[in-house]
Amino acid sequence: MLDKTLTQLAAALKSGEFSSRELTSHYLQKIEKADSKINSFITVTAEQALNQAEAADKARAAGNAGLLTGIPLALKDIFCTRDVKTSCGSKMLDNFIAPYDATVVEKLNAAGTISLGKTNMDEFAMGSSNENSYYGAVKNPWDLTAVPGGSSGGSAAAVAAGLVPAAMGTDTGGSIRQPAAFCGITGLKPTYGRVSRYGIIAYASSLDQAGPMARSASDCAHLMNVIAGHDVRDSTSVARGVPDYTETLNAPLSGLKIGLPKEYFGDGLDPEVEKAVRDAVSVYESLGATVREVSLPHTHYAIPAYYVIAPAEASSNLSRYDGVRFGHRCNEPVDLIDLYKRSRAEGFGEEVKRRILIGTHTLSEGFFDAYYTKAQKVRRLIRQDFLDAFEDVDVLMGPASPTPAFDLGAKKDPVSMYLQDIYTIAVNLAGIPGISVPAGFAGGRPVGLQILGTHFAEAQLLNVAHQYQQATDWHLQLPAIAEEHA
Amino acid sequence: MQWETVIGLEVHVQLATRSKIFSGASTAFGAEPNTQACAVDLGLPGTLPVLNEQAVAMAVQFGLAVHADIAEVSVFDRKNYFYADLPKGYQTSQMYQPIVGPGDVEITLDDNTTKRIRIHHAHLEEDAGKSLHEDFLGMTGIDLNRAGTPLLEIVSEPDMRNAKEAAAYLKAIHSIVTYLGISDGNMAEGSMRCDVNVSVRPKGQEAFGTRAEVKNVNSFRFVERAIAFEVERQIELIEDGGTVVQETRLFDPERDETRSMRTKEEANDYRYFPCPDLLPVVLDNAYLDHLRSQLPELPADKRERFKSELGLSAYDAAVLSASREMAEFFEEVHQVCGDAKQAANWVQGELSGALNRENLTINSSPISARQLGELLSRVIDDTINGKAAKQVFQALWNGQGESADAIIEAKGLKQVTDTGAIEAMIDQVISESPAQVAQYRDAEPEKRGKMIGYFVGQVMKASRGTANPQQVNDVLKEKFDALL
Repeated sequence: MLDKTLTQLAAALKSGEFSSRELTSHYLQKIEKADSKINSFITVTAEQALNQAEAADKARAAGNAGLLTGIPLALKDIFCTRDVKTSCGSKMLDNFIAPYDATVVEKLNAAGTISLGKTNMDEFAMGSSNENSYYGAVKNPWDLTAVPGGSSGGSAAAVAAGLVPAAMGTDTGGSIRQPAAFCGITGLKPTYGRVSRYGIIAYASSLDQAGPMARSASDCAHLMNVIAGHDVRDSTSVARGVPDYTETLNAPLSGLKIGLPKEYFGDGLDPEVEKAVRDAVSVYESLGATVREVSLPHTHYAIPAYYVIAPAEASSNLSRYDGVRFGHRCNEPVDLIDLYKRSRAEGFGEEVKRRILIGTHTLSEGFFDAYYTKAQKVRRLIRQDFLDAFEDVDVLMGPASPTPAFDLGAKKDPVSMYLQDIYTIAVNLAGIPGISVPAGFAGGRPVGLQILGTHFAEAQLLNVAHQYQQATDWHLQLPAIAEEHA
Repeated sequence: MQWETVIGLEVHVQLATRSKIFSGASTAFGAEPNTQACAVDLGLPGTLPVLNEQAVAMAVQFGLAVHADIAEVSVFDRKNYFYADLPKGYQTSQMYQPIVGPGDVEITLDDNTTKRIRIHHAHLEEDAGKSLHEDFLGMTGIDLNRAGTPLLEIVSEPDMRNAKEAAAYLKAIHSIVTYLGISDGNMAEGSMRCDVNVSVRPKGQEAFGTRAEVKNVNSFRFVERAIAFEVERQIELIEDGGTVVQETRLFDPERDETRSMRTKEEANDYRYFPCPDLLPVVLDNAYLDHLRSQLPELPADKRERFKSELGLSAYDAAVLSASREMAEFFEEVHQVCGDAKQAANWVQGELSGALNRENLTINSSPISARQLGELLSRVIDDTINGKAAKQVFQALWNGQGESADAIIEAKGLKQVTDTGAIEAMIDQVISESPAQVAQYRDAEPEKRGKMIGYFVGQVMKASRGTANPQQVNDVLKEKFDALL
């Protein structure tokens, strides 16, 4: 079972090769055996999963099965799940049992998928290595001394290790694409507004977007068919028709115009990563695509702009964690201020506090225009860079990250960590979709090829990624740990 | 030195939407604590606001009623501060691009002159919950039922120069929002709350003095009292050589004073920024035209019409148009009886007096407008006289009959207008009062007018109040003229 993609598993369930209950038990056993080494799950909901699986098998027997009925998945612990702990990787929410399901979760449930549990993540999605989790760092299945990337590191590692066929992540500055790249899986960040944010614990509201993380582009397309669409509970979700993302997967790429942003191939790019990416581009040329260099001139402003806007929004979004209604509360507060100070000091980790402080500062009287207003101007320029580029080319390609996965504990300085997201962050500022697909290895660790499209071009990105995966097998390679516990 | 007071008001009006401004929870007042707070109101992780279209429509209606510019694009901002009854740690409000721009309101002063007060802007925001400090053994309870109730904050220019003007302005706003039906205007339940900005300056000086913002001024009376206290405090302070500091003060109605809450230095930095969870509100002309076409007649228009079309005095027109309920009641009475003057006199006189005595509002009047109108019809067509009308009014008030006609019939109050019958009663009275007749005869002619009242009274008594007093008066005069 383990080497099957979600698409293949769906076919096997349909043909009766095995039941959902058997499949679910199989994955639960794998998590039981292997996850102590990887730490990809915060909560495993075995009992609920088996009940869901039985219900799925019954539905199938009654002829009511959909394409994904009975498929096990995992959810980043940022998605609210009714009656299940939803921690967001934080001590602050270690005691938080969500009373409702996020829209994405509702949709997945309605499609008959099964949740195996909640995956580990950087606290409140703030991080690029998954080392900022209250529940401990996640290990990269390809090399247990390496990070899996972040913040959706648990989801990426669980899929890569074969503990689950696919998982949901969220991406605010690269948090789906970078861990997907580090763990050798496929991860799609949709256009801002394509997937409802309702029930996803907010980090930076104008940037956050949920998306699928799986073994292949085809798997991601199936999941996008379920989760995409307008939600009346999220005013920023877009009322626009959702195509069948699987329908165009096999469209030929002849004539596809690929742009390579020269800013994505400059200083700091690991030569092996660059080689892997350029080899991937050659594959596209062999598939009939044309390639040209383009420029995104404001690229180097993306990280500074992001680290104004995201912390500003976060400082406000995280104000609700005050010890009053839910979450961590300090012992025996003497008054309201003491309650706030100690609950927040005890409940939040270091990186979260750092970003709350940055955001509080940049929004302060006298600093607002210099930081926030200016960052918003930069954001518009960055968006325009992309729109200009898409006048000339269909998609942009480059590395998802300047290096392959780095060692656990290697990046002690926050700024060097922030620079990890240099190729991913602008995409969130522009609101466009991006996908990372496995494209080989550098120093034995996976390399991700990032493909970017214009707003609502998810179908095209999936098509372009899928065609590459028809021509290559990087995405089918598995780390040794996945084989060991088969 | 002569001082001048400068006053500006910030009025918070709870909008009468059925659900909250950003969630589907009910806004009804008085439910058990925390039973009307949904996941969004509680600020649960992952929840998002969705704007209530009704709140937008109400804000626009207010804007149209005060001749304001309505913003084509308005934006919600977050006002960040921590408080136990503020669930998200920020209030969603409109700081930079409010929905209602500059406008104005006409106020009527005691001497029936009017004055224009400019409105700076009005913006939409969400209300906070309530902290309950009693009954929790030294702890504080939080009730989030009110959290997320839509508020329209109406900010005036500093155009008022005394407490009376401020109270008149607040009444004018109250009247507009209740006419529009966008708020119940119930100040006791907090549906309308008011902060007052007060400063003083030497008369003739152009520059404003330093202002104090007085919070918690939640009745028309309190507005006058808080301003009176504050003006006296500031003048005294300056005359004693001190300076007024910019600060927020709290009005204490128990002790009739204002107390410092926080100075400017202690003020919060609210770190306003656009709320990324809400889209800008974009309104087109078709939408504004639609709402404009739905506007009811507003108090100022009604007042003018009462004067010009119905011939009421400025005073009557102002009183009767002050509240929508009063105006509607008056208009129905008028419609039924056809006489605006009579309707105005009775609604303001007998009816208002009775309502005040029993502490009732016009909505809970035991006498309906139709009943009162029918009663007045009987006065106008001379079926009954004024005295009998008061008896009928009392009977209707007490529920002793369904209609004026039924009561007139049952009590035999129909006016006697038969001249023969009246003459007979007069002859009877004259023959029974020889002393008074002699006195009348001997009196100076100019004093007789007063003395005739005695005979009128006697005749009315004899008729058990049913004689037409004017007729009695006329016949008596004729008789005496013939007699003397």
